[in-house]
Amino acid sequence: MTGRLLVAAAAAAIAVAPLVASTYHVLLMLPFMAYAVVLLGLNLLFGYAGLVSFGHALFIGIGAYTGAFLTSHCKIRSLEVILIAAAALGALVAAPVGALCVRYVKIYFGMLTLAFGMVFHTFVLKFYRLTGGDEGTPFLRPSLLGRSLEAMPKIDYLVGPYYYYSLAVLVLATLCMWRIVHSPFGLCLKTIRDNPAKAETLGIGVTRYRFHAFVISAVYAAVGGALLGPPIGNVDPTLAYWTHSGNIVFMTLLGGFTSFFGPVVGAFVFIYLQHWVMSVVPYWRLIFGAILAAIVIFAPGGLLGLLEPRRAAVRL
Amino acid sequence: MILVAEGLRKLYGEFCALDGVSLGVAAGEFVSIIGPNGAGKSTLINILTGLTPPSAGTVRFKEREIHGLGPVRLARLGMARSFQLVHIFPDLTVLETLQAAVVARLGRGTRLFASLARDRDVQREALEVAELFRLSDKLGALARHLPQGDKKLLDVASAFALRPEIILLDEPTSGVSTADKTAVMETLVAASRRIGLQAIIQVEHDMDIVFAYSDRIIALHQGKVLADGAPSSIQADQRVIDTVIGRRARAR
Ligand SMILES: Nc1ncnc2c1ncn2[C@@H]1O[C@H](COP(=O)(O)OP(=O)(O)OP(=O)(O)O)[C@@H](O)[C@H]1O
Ligand SMILES: [Mg+2]
Repeated sequence: MTGRLLVAAAAAAIAVAPLVASTYHVLLMLPFMAYAVVLLGLNLLFGYAGLVSFGHALFIGIGAYTGAFLTSHCKIRSLEVILIAAAALGALVAAPVGALCVRYVKIYFGMLTLAFGMVFHTFVLKFYRLTGGDEGTPFLRPSLLGRSLEAMPKIDYLVGPYYYYSLAVLVLATLCMWRIVHSPFGLCLKTIRDNPAKAETLGIGVTRYRFHAFVISAVYAAVGGALLGPPIGNVDPTLAYWTHSGNIVFMTLLGGFTSFFGPVVGAFVFIYLQHWVMSVVPYWRLIFGAILAAIVIFAPGGLLGLLEPRRAAVRL
Repeated sequence: MILVAEGLRKLYGEFCALDGVSLGVAAGEFVSIIGPNGAGKSTLINILTGLTPPSAGTVRFKEREIHGLGPVRLARLGMARSFQLVHIFPDLTVLETLQAAVVARLGRGTRLFASLARDRDVQREALEVAELFRLSDKLGALARHLPQGDKKLLDVASAFALRPEIILLDEPTSGVSTADKTAVMETLVAASRRIGLQAIIQVEHDMDIVFAYSDRIIALHQGKVLADGAPSSIQADQRVIDTVIGRRARAR
């Protein structure tokens, strides 16, 4: 019950933030909400199915490039269309990649996903015509619910309509994921995470469930990736680079992969901390490396795990 | 015959763990497999349940060759098992473990957006099995926090939750205190009757249990069937007494 109240309070706080917080902080909420969507999906794979992907920047990239390509080359500006296309393309690419990767577990799964991520990164670098290579492709301002909003100043657009649009997508994504993890499907995933051999003797087909989880997580990453685009205004290959995959795994660990909202909290803390640290010292990676080490050693359950000491156990 | 094995061999490198084992189990039978440590009992169970492929020989379950079927499809066909070393889902609760088995049995695992908590059928069956195995007061406990005996019981209970036709149990009472062994066996027998189980194959070291509950006993020794028959004939078999029942029986 207190959990529900907390979530409701957090959602309300996000909703009123544009009215009370500074523009700087409100703008930071945009990548937070996009990453939150990505991480909800990633954690279905990580926390619920027990598979750590080091290649999900691939799907973030697919989502972001889909939006950039459609707005720049196809004159399609509708964000609804962009999100649906991103989700569909994410699933399309995830199907063959996932079919191969989920046959492996642990470090082999991680390395395979990393490998696919690298292949994709090279692809976006080299296929200049399609992706703009190094320079990337502009993500032109999308229209929301059929309204162009082209005349608005950029900041007003981002902290106004775009902000609430992102929030709506996040809420919808959260509700869907909440249902998924509390469904019979979600339970089967957890059995596979805990003991695949036993799950099989119960008639739960391990690879099939892992595959479904992989595709769902890719769809989430692609939708989140598409949401990342408009605030930046330009999509370039760094989005698909493997360090980006590392960052989202970091966010998940930071918040805690054993709880539903852990990764979302992780994304929030990561983004604000990163900007704060960057404004104080030039070496944010140094600081973040130390934080990551401290979390793995002292708080394997992440920040939310600290609140729930009973569950702070390493399960990798 | 519901389960038939013919000429099973299992080689681990040079070492021959099973050497020409044949057996048949008919509906209504409670079969115990006995034998000293390393006789090949677990290897046999693993081959019969499709977990390990045999080096030679065939297994037929309900007239169907199980070669290449694997545990998932065998489970759907009506075969369930438990393991010698407890196999549980450490971070799931007792209730969740049983629900998972029921979900799998009813083929509802692909229901992505349905609410598990509101699935009446799953709920009812899971609670029923918990009741049968006297786990009702531990529904919310995480499996890894259960005492050893209850872990074993949960492993067995989840196999029963599949409502199988045949069940293979690898030492269901190991880790259970001697005083509780009979209670566990009584539970097993009651549960079997309740779900209409056709046959039980168990590996068991405790001879009191073996002789009290089995219709048939198969004695294994060094990968070979030493004797196969009714408890009375096994009890009288000198070779079985020497190698399996051994000192214990003589001491009495
Ligand atoms: N994977 C394996 N690789 C090599 N040898 C194995 C393997 N599994 C079992 N063995 C060997 O095969 C023989 C039979 O093993 P098995 O586990 O079937 O015995 P068991 O009758 O179940 O014994 P216990 O009563 O100790 O459980 C043993 O000598 C064992 O060392
Ligand atoms: Mg054994």
